[in-house]
Formats: sequence, C-alpha cells, structure tokens
Amino acid sequence: MSDAALTSHISPQPVVKPKLSRDDWIMRACMVGIGSLLVIFIVLPLYTMLSKSVENKAEEFIGLANFNEYFSTPALFQSAANSLSIALISTFVVISVAFVYGYALTRTCMPYKWLFKIIAVIPLLTPSLLGGISLVYWFGNQGVAKALLLGETIYGPIGITIGSSYWVFPHALMIIITALSITDARLYEAADALRTTKFRTFFTVTLPGCKYGLTSAAFVVFTLVFTDFGVPKVIGGNYNMLATDVYKQVIGQQNFQMGAVVSVVLLVPAILAFVVDQIVQKKQVAMLSARAVPYAPKPSAGRDMSMLIFCSIVALVIVGMLGMAQYAALVKFWPYNLSLSFSNYDFDVMDGGGWEAFWNSLEMATYTAIIGTVVIFYGSYLMEKGRGFDVGRKIFHMLAILPLAVPGLVLGLAYIFFFNNPANPFHFVYGTIGILVLVSISHFYTVSHLTAVTALKQMDPEFESVSASLKAPFYKTFFRVTVPVCTPAILDVSMYLFLNAMTTVSAVIFLYSSDTTLASVAVMNMDDAGDIAPAAAMAMMIAYTCAGVRIMHSILSRGLIKHTQAWRNH
Amino acid sequence: MRKDLLSKLTVSASVAVLAGMTVVSAVQAATELTVYTAVEAEDLKKYAKAFNKTNPDIKIKWVRDSTGVVTAKLLAEKKNPVADVVWGLAATSLMLLKEEGMTQGYAPKGVGSLDKKFVDSANPPHWTGMDAWIASVCYNTVEAGKKNLPVPTSWADLAKPVYKGSVVMPNPASSGTGFLDVSSWLQLFGEEGGWKFMDGLHKNIAWYTHSGSKPCKQAASGETPIGISFAFRGAKSKNKGAPLTIVVPSEGVGWDMEATAIMKGTKNLAAAQKLVDFTVTKDANVMYNKGYAVVAFPGVAKPVKNFPVGITEAMIDNDFEWAASNRGRILAEWKNRYDAKSEPKK
Repeated sequence: MSDAALTSHISPQPVVKPKLSRDDWIMRACMVGIGSLLVIFIVLPLYTMLSKSVENKAEEFIGLANFNEYFSTPALFQSAANSLSIALISTFVVISVAFVYGYALTRTCMPYKWLFKIIAVIPLLTPSLLGGISLVYWFGNQGVAKALLLGETIYGPIGITIGSSYWVFPHALMIIITALSITDARLYEAADALRTTKFRTFFTVTLPGCKYGLTSAAFVVFTLVFTDFGVPKVIGGNYNMLATDVYKQVIGQQNFQMGAVVSVVLLVPAILAFVVDQIVQKKQVAMLSARAVPYAPKPSAGRDMSMLIFCSIVALVIVGMLGMAQYAALVKFWPYNLSLSFSNYDFDVMDGGGWEAFWNSLEMATYTAIIGTVVIFYGSYLMEKGRGFDVGRKIFHMLAILPLAVPGLVLGLAYIFFFNNPANPFHFVYGTIGILVLVSISHFYTVSHLTAVTALKQMDPEFESVSASLKAPFYKTFFRVTVPVCTPAILDVSMYLFLNAMTTVSAVIFLYSSDTTLASVAVMNMDDAGDIAPAAAMAMMIAYTCAGVRIMHSILSRGLIKHTQAWRNH
Repeated sequence: MRKDLLSKLTVSASVAVLAGMTVVSAVQAATELTVYTAVEAEDLKKYAKAFNKTNPDIKIKWVRDSTGVVTAKLLAEKKNPVADVVWGLAATSLMLLKEEGMTQGYAPKGVGSLDKKFVDSANPPHWTGMDAWIASVCYNTVEAGKKNLPVPTSWADLAKPVYKGSVVMPNPASSGTGFLDVSSWLQLFGEEGGWKFMDGLHKNIAWYTHSGSKPCKQAASGETPIGISFAFRGAKSKNKGAPLTIVVPSEGVGWDMEATAIMKGTKNLAAAQKLVDFTVTKDANVMYNKGYAVVAFPGVAKPVKNFPVGITEAMIDNDFEWAASNRGRILAEWKNRYDAKSEPKK
C-alpha cells in the first residue's frame, strides 16, 4: 500500500482501433480467466457472507433481524466504542512516531540510517501477537518493568494500544517515507531565499507536501488496528473489541450468523477508509512535476543529534520487544527459575499442532509465494500490456484492489460460508492446505498487484510494439523481456507474499484443520492454553524464518539485479 | 519376436497395475477415524499410541479444542456430522448430544467392569466415562505472600473483597472446567445463592480465560495469585516446580467426567466400536490414571503425585442430568451477567 503505484493511473489508450490479433484474444481470455478467479475467490465468498448475515440458523431469509438483535445488546456499543478509541489512539501515536522517524530517515543527515531502516522492518517479520506476548513479560504482573505502569494493568487498553502500535509501525513508516521522498528541493530553496524560518517552512512546505501520504498512512493504521484481533486476544484481558467479538461468536459459540453480522459491522469502516484513501490518492498524482529536483538534506548538528536520540529510543523499543520474546522463550520457568533451556521448544506436547504446525506454515507460505507471484504478476501484465478492452481492464483493476478493503478476519469467515457448503464445486479444498493458500493469496493480492503494475509501467511500451511488428508471439516477449526486466518486482512480490503468509493469523484462524495447523495460529492457541513461553518460542521461530527469507531475498536480488538489470545503467 | 516382446510388456504392465492396486487397497484398509476431544494436548499422542498397539490399522485424526468449543462445533455440525467418535469430552456435553439424538448407543466389550457412576444408564449406554476431573483452586504462595493474601479455604472466601483483582477463572461458555464450576455453585448454594456468590466473585475476577488450564498455569507463573482450575492441572504444574498450594474448597468441589461416545451416522461404525472398546479397558484406565486420580475402572487408581488430599471426599453429588439439560440456560444467564461487562472496574 506504500507503493507509488497507488499514485499512478491507467494511461489513456489511443482511440485507434487496430484489428485484433490472435495474441490479443489469448491475452484477453487469460485476463478474463484470472478475473473470474478473483470473482470466485473474493467476490462470491463476500457475497455469501453478506447473505448469511440476513439468515437465521435454518438458513431462511429473515431480513435485518440479526442486526436488530445485535444492535440491541449493550455489549456491542461497548465493543464498538472500545475498538474505535483504541484505533484512534493507536493511529495518533503511530503516525506521530512514524512521521518523525521517517523524517529523520529522509530529511536529515542522521548517522546509522541503514541500521534504523532495518530495525524498523522487524515487526513485519513477526506475527502481530508477538508484541502482546512480549508486553506480558515486560509489564505483566510478573513483568520486569511493571513498576513503569504505576499500578495500571497492561491487560486492557494500554496493552492493546502499545501492542498494536508496535506491529503497524512499519506499515505507516513505509508510506510516510515514500511521501517524504517525493518532494521538490526547489521549494526549500525558495523558502531559504525568502528567509522563511525553518519552523514556518516545516508547516508551509513539508507538512502540506506529505499530507496525502499522512492521511493514507493514518487510514491504513486505523483499519489495521480496528480489525486486528491477535493483539487484543493476547493482552486485552476482559476488554472487548469488535474483532474479538467475531472470534468469540464463531469459535467460542459456533454462532456463524452473528459472526457474519459483526463482520459486516467491521467491514463498514474498513471500506469507508478504503474509499477515502482512493480519493485522496487520486489527488496526489500531479504532485511531482518532471522538473522537480530531488531533495538532499544538509547536516545540522542539533537536529541530527536529537533525531538520533529519538530514533534510538524507537529502535530500542522494537528490539526490546523482540529480545524479550526470545529471552522468555528460553527461560525454563518464568519467573521462578530463570535458567535457560530449550524445553519451551518442545512444541509437540503443547496445544496448537506442534512442530508440524511450523512445517505446515513453511509449506503454505512457499506455495502462496510461488503460485501467488505467478498468478498476480501474469494478471497485472495482462491488464497493463493488453491492448483495447478498456472496460475489462478497468473491472480487473477494481477486482484486484478490492481485497485491500477486506479485513483478514472477514475474508476468512467468508471463506467458511462459501467453501464449507457441500454443493460448492470447490468444497474439496475445505480443510486442506489449499484453502489456506487461496485465502492468503486473495488477502494479500492488492499490494502485490500494485507492485507488479508499477514495475510494468516503467517498461517502455515500445518493447511490445517492436515484438509485435516482428511477429514475435506475446509470450515470447513476456518470458524473454518482461519477466527479466521485472525480476526485482517479482522477487519483491514473492517475498511480500511469503512473509505475510507466514505471519498472518486473522485470515487463517477460521480455516485451518487439525492436519493443517499453522505456526502463527499455534502461537495463539498456546497462549490461549496458558503456555505463553512456548508461544513466544514459536513466534520467534516465525521471526527467524522470515528474517532468513528476507536476507536470502536481498542476496538473491542483488545477484539477479546485477545480471538482469545492467541495462538500466546504460 | 516382436509379438513376444509386446505380450511381455503387457504382462509386466498388468503386474505393475495389480501391484499398484494392492498398495492402494492396503492403504484404504487403514480406516481413519475423526475423533473430537477436549483432552489436554500433551496426552493425545500417548492415547493414540496406546490404542494403535492393539489396533494398528485404525488411524485417529484428532480435532482438539476446549470443551465449550468442541460442544458448540458438534452441535453446529448436527446436520452433517464430521466426527466419528468423541473421546474425552465432558459427560454433561455428551448428555446434551444424547438429548439431541446425536449419539449412538453401544455397550463396549467389558463395560460391566466399570464403576456404574461412569456409565450412561440407558441400555445400551450412549456414553461411558473415563475419569473424573475435579475443580480446585491453585494458590501461588509466593505472589499471594507478597500481596498478603490469606489462603482461601472455601468458595465463599474467594468472594471476599480482599481478593479483588487477584482471581482468574475460565469462561464457562468456552471451558468445561468453567461450566462445572458454575453448575456446582448453583447446586451447592441454590439458584439464587449461586448467582449471588458469582456476583461477588465477579468483582474479584481479574479476567476470564478461554481454557480451563490457563488460570492454573497463570497462577503457576505468578501472573495471578489465584486461579480457579482443576486438580490434575494443579498437580502437573506443581510437579514442574511451581510454588503452588492446591486448595480444595470446604463446601465441596464440582466435577465432571471425561467420557466417550459414538456419533450417530458414522460411516466407520466397526472401527468406532473398536476404539470405544479400547477406551473402557483396564490398560486405558491405567493410562488415564497418569493424570486423573479418579478413573472409571475400579481398583486401578494409584495416587497421583501432588494431587490434593481429601479431594475425592469433597466431590459433590453432581446432578449431571440437571446440569446437561440446563446448560444453555445457565450459560445465557452467565453471559448476560458477566460477559457483556467490560473490564471489572477497580
């Protein structure tokens, strides 16, 4: 969502209507094919869920009776108010911190920027629950820093806010960095020439320049926190939120209709945020003119020093979260026997699926990355490089960005309704690893699609024209030119899919079976059963795997980029 | 010559196909039973292994969750049952399933040698008990000492203001242990007295958990000074070195049986019956006794290390039928009173 892709738009097509070649027909057919997959795996499940919310247990249409029942319980307003206030506070905290952090990374000469960039990404490598678990060890009743809370309890709004802020921080930071990077240095030169104070320049140039990025980041953070259920589940105590209500209705009471109703309630603000974000993004298109000069910060001892201090504190918090989880995972019996051992890694004697869950996760994430990358990249290629058929391509684009508006929990529930119906021809994937792969690809479709589109847009359309005039079939151009040129983006997409499939809880929580338990779900189930140290250990296994994949990715891209991207420097 | 080669090829091909088919049929011979359970995760592998010693051709596919979830899942799947057998679920839940007509009567071989209390009175019985799990209070001596909390000796003690924010208990809607607590209080103190007691207790509850073992595990690690849980869990945590005292409240303690039943309409009835036959054997009961002091097979039980003394005498005369048929009503009332509230105010 951070990608500049959001700011781009489909370029208008020439009005000339060329005769359609066989290639055109094949490409259109393929695009319609992938488009139908999106309809089957995203639109239809959501439709099924919406219709469940207006049915009773016997599957008869009862209009809005479920909603009436739900809205008449006082608990709802409590949960909604709780969700709203937590999401608002977290948004405020995260955006403020991420803005300063991003500012330090892009607009100052602070030393060790590379290190701070790496540390800021850490939360992306861990399941969102890890923050909650660490907080228990830091500030729980046996926490090492409990005194800092001055008698307040971490189980509740304080814990949820800190835990949520921790895991959404990199999401906000990436968007803000992108927004801060696209600025025109000439504006600052002008401000300097007019002897505008630094303070005034900040408010009249810097802030307005990234206001779209900030709003976009704020909406992303708000939606993520509002719909996340992992953190409140672990550290929320008895503080009810809408997302945990869905979980309680569906898992605790197997009341699917009510789960659907709460899901619809959850979906509303998410879609609202999405629509506003789309409108805001459209406005930003013209921000950067071709004559803009990239901004290069000048050293300023005082500012750089204070930024270094600020970023160090933030980095310390992130590292502290991770470090505590690892330490707690190794401690034999917190807090009475602090000697170290690997006994918490004996997952096979705990709830959650044992080591098998970890291997399942690896398998699932690998399939998601491979299949997802192929389908998503090919789909975006067809959409971007196909000729004519504007209506179809616009519809395809809309289908591709729709998943961004659907919270994982909602999509997961929609999948139960859709796939658990024996009359559905796809019923056979229910309870297999296949459905987990499908839901992960669908859930993380949009960002991958936009990344691919951005890369494809950078390619000169002449390639296709020349190939076509040489009568080379499109697939030859695709494999010989397009794929090699877009290798960095393809690698980015596959890594993005892998990391998210590895860490997601919300999308898969309703869909795993006893044969397909996942590591991220095991973290939650072990915490549920009170085995919090093993939960931390499993969360760290996920973190190490993701870190390893990320390192592999950067080595691989460096090598491949040298090999395939040499043309960029000529 | 060529014809010869051809026929040789044909023969070897059919041999290969036949061999393939034998392999396939050998694989198919292994029946897979879907078994729903609420038994502690660490015991499942042991249970399956013991069963496979005598029945290597039946594979168990476990679906495990807490009692409330498994019960809700079974009820939700009433139209298209997935489970073949339920092995290790609260007897009150199985009675409810029996009322719904979802279980299949079957008298397992050797059921006669079990304690009558542990066998459904219908003929043939719809469920057979395995062991009893008994409510207990896990009291962390170190943390309670720091907060100067006296050792509670009765349920009534736990409702006293001194324990404000110091007690954790399982949510009865999702945990079988939570439900047996609530149903036992209603039997001990009567409907009105029971709810009044819980109103007081609610004020002291720091949080309700999803699972019945979590309160004791949290007491073991000092997250809470007091956790309402069950004796077996307390003994286990104490054996691991937790500073726990396991309290048996003086009014008496609620208990429930873990029990077994065959689901009506199972496609693997023969295999399901073999499994249930195994669950009532002496060997199986010896296995249950590893954690549970009270098991269905008389004379098997050996004392469990660190199991609270005198707890079997404190077990109340539990009216399971009443608890089972009132389960829905009790849970609705409980949710209405306590679940809707946000965090208890300080």
